[in-house]
Amino acid sequence: MASYLIRRLLLMILTLFGISVVIFVLLRIVPGNIADILFDAAGMVSAAEKQKLVSELGLDKPIAVQYLDWITGLARGDFGYTYVSEQPALQEILPRIPVTAKLAGLALIFAILLGVPLGVLSAVRQNTPLDYLLRVVSLSGLSLPSFWLGLLILMAFVQYAGWIPIYTDKPASLIDELLLLSIPAAAVGFRSSALVMRLTRSSMLEVLRQDYIRTARAKGAPARTVNYNHALRNAMLPIITIIGIEAAFLVGGLIVTETVFNIPGVARFLVEAIRWRDYPVVQNLVMFIAVVVVSVNFFVDMAYAVLDPRIRYED
Amino acid sequence: MALAEQQAELPRASRRAAFSRSSLVYFLRRYPLGAAGATIVLAIVLMALLANWITGFDPTATNAHASLARPGGSHPLGADFMGRDMWSRIAFGARISLAVGIGATTLGCLFGVLIGLTSGYFGGWLDLAAQRLMDMLQSLPLLVMALVMSAALGPSLENVILAISIPLVPTVARVIRSNALMLREMPFVEAARATGMNELSIALRHVLPNTLAPLIVLATAQLGSAILVEAALSFLGLGIPEPYPSWGRMLSESAAEYVRTAPWLVIFPGLAISLAVFGTNLLGDALRDILDPRLRL
Repeated sequence: MASYLIRRLLLMILTLFGISVVIFVLLRIVPGNIADILFDAAGMVSAAEKQKLVSELGLDKPIAVQYLDWITGLARGDFGYTYVSEQPALQEILPRIPVTAKLAGLALIFAILLGVPLGVLSAVRQNTPLDYLLRVVSLSGLSLPSFWLGLLILMAFVQYAGWIPIYTDKPASLIDELLLLSIPAAAVGFRSSALVMRLTRSSMLEVLRQDYIRTARAKGAPARTVNYNHALRNAMLPIITIIGIEAAFLVGGLIVTETVFNIPGVARFLVEAIRWRDYPVVQNLVMFIAVVVVSVNFFVDMAYAVLDPRIRYED
Repeated sequence: MALAEQQAELPRASRRAAFSRSSLVYFLRRYPLGAAGATIVLAIVLMALLANWITGFDPTATNAHASLARPGGSHPLGADFMGRDMWSRIAFGARISLAVGIGATTLGCLFGVLIGLTSGYFGGWLDLAAQRLMDMLQSLPLLVMALVMSAALGPSLENVILAISIPLVPTVARVIRSNALMLREMPFVEAARATGMNELSIALRHVLPNTLAPLIVLATAQLGSAILVEAALSFLGLGIPEPYPSWGRMLSESAAEYVRTAPWLVIFPGLAISLAVFGTNLLGDALRDILDPRLRL
């Protein structure tokens, strides 16, 4: 286990290093000079300011030195400077993290609360009309763009409630904020719940075919006990992996949903930075997202190894 | 050809026709959802192909008198703020969605098969390097990767296709690799090697064709996600540029402010995206059940 942990940790660092190179190179092939673009975007005028910008960004140094400066800066928590709002990028990003974290957490809770029970129901009633209906619903969940679902929710609120649940001022209390965020969270989480439901169904179907389920039924255990105590507990394991897979997907949903509901989160900040063509900030934000996704996957793998004693990592 | 052979050929041909007719009926009966998906996909393909003939307006023509026209009359689905006919924009938008979807999927599968086959069949350090590269690509969310790539490449139809295809590569490469790993040990590969066939020909002639079933299933699933990512990119204003009518951008133009005043501008483009993706997903599920039931997506 310890050697597996160390190997997995080294692999994670290697992956992150690779991603950092990919992002760094990608943003160097942007057509045009970054200094020129930033210079325009920030509305600067004098040639002296431009020269200062070039040396601040280190654009006059060799590319390998630029890369090293960037990575060591990140390790020290230096996220650069946003030239558009004229303050350190970290000050823009830090207050946004809790907002996005709350939204993502609520979306995951929604996905599990809706997806697991419906997936179990679908598996237990395999090939009945109810199963067909639930499968169509879950497939439609994977087909609806989450920004459109968000717009439809807004539309329903305008029509029937007379107000729009978008984020204008910071809500007064945590409860208020969570209530407000639960609406966009449903828009993001619907997709994830569909995926959870599909995986729960197929994982349950596999478990329900096992011998020990037949034994449980044969000894006269009630259907409820068999389905929930015997089958679901064993079927839950693959469902944990979905949280790892979904972490990456969730970011995509968060980007568009934060835009629709006007939520001041990290994901929307990425789109704003791309629109402002503030590439140093884009580079740092993408790296930040990669670190979060890779870490979530790492912890999911660890949880999996701890929870399933049948799995041995020795190869 | 001998007469006897010709006579034998006749009933065989008619048998073949009867078989394909009965297999269509079988498909409809056994996979009603898949048949529904195939119908939706076919309808959207037809809409894209016939867009010139089934619409009455140029999708880019503006008309101040028709600004925000309600659905009905000469504008069956209404008109947007600039008076552009929504039905025309949706029909022509199908071309963009399909072009991006099919283009990105084809490109993604091409790279994926190339990488998956090399790393699965030939193995060694190439395999190790390819696996780590795929790990990296997979750690970045699809939309984030596409966003950064389209920002780096600049907005154009070709660049959007390229930007969406790269994040699709790892999934394809993984599945093809695991298939190639299994096929490599098969007796028929050993037989081919025994006849003195070189490794490259074995990989291309014997291993590659056998990965076709999972590839078809994967490509169908990827088509749906490519269409969704294009819509999201365009919705965020970083996808297909003007003047192409893209479903996603139609929503960004109309987004929150028209929710109150002109709901048809929000409902129809979203419905088009959802139906297109839903159709490919239904079809993909049925194809998986038929071709490769063990593959889990």
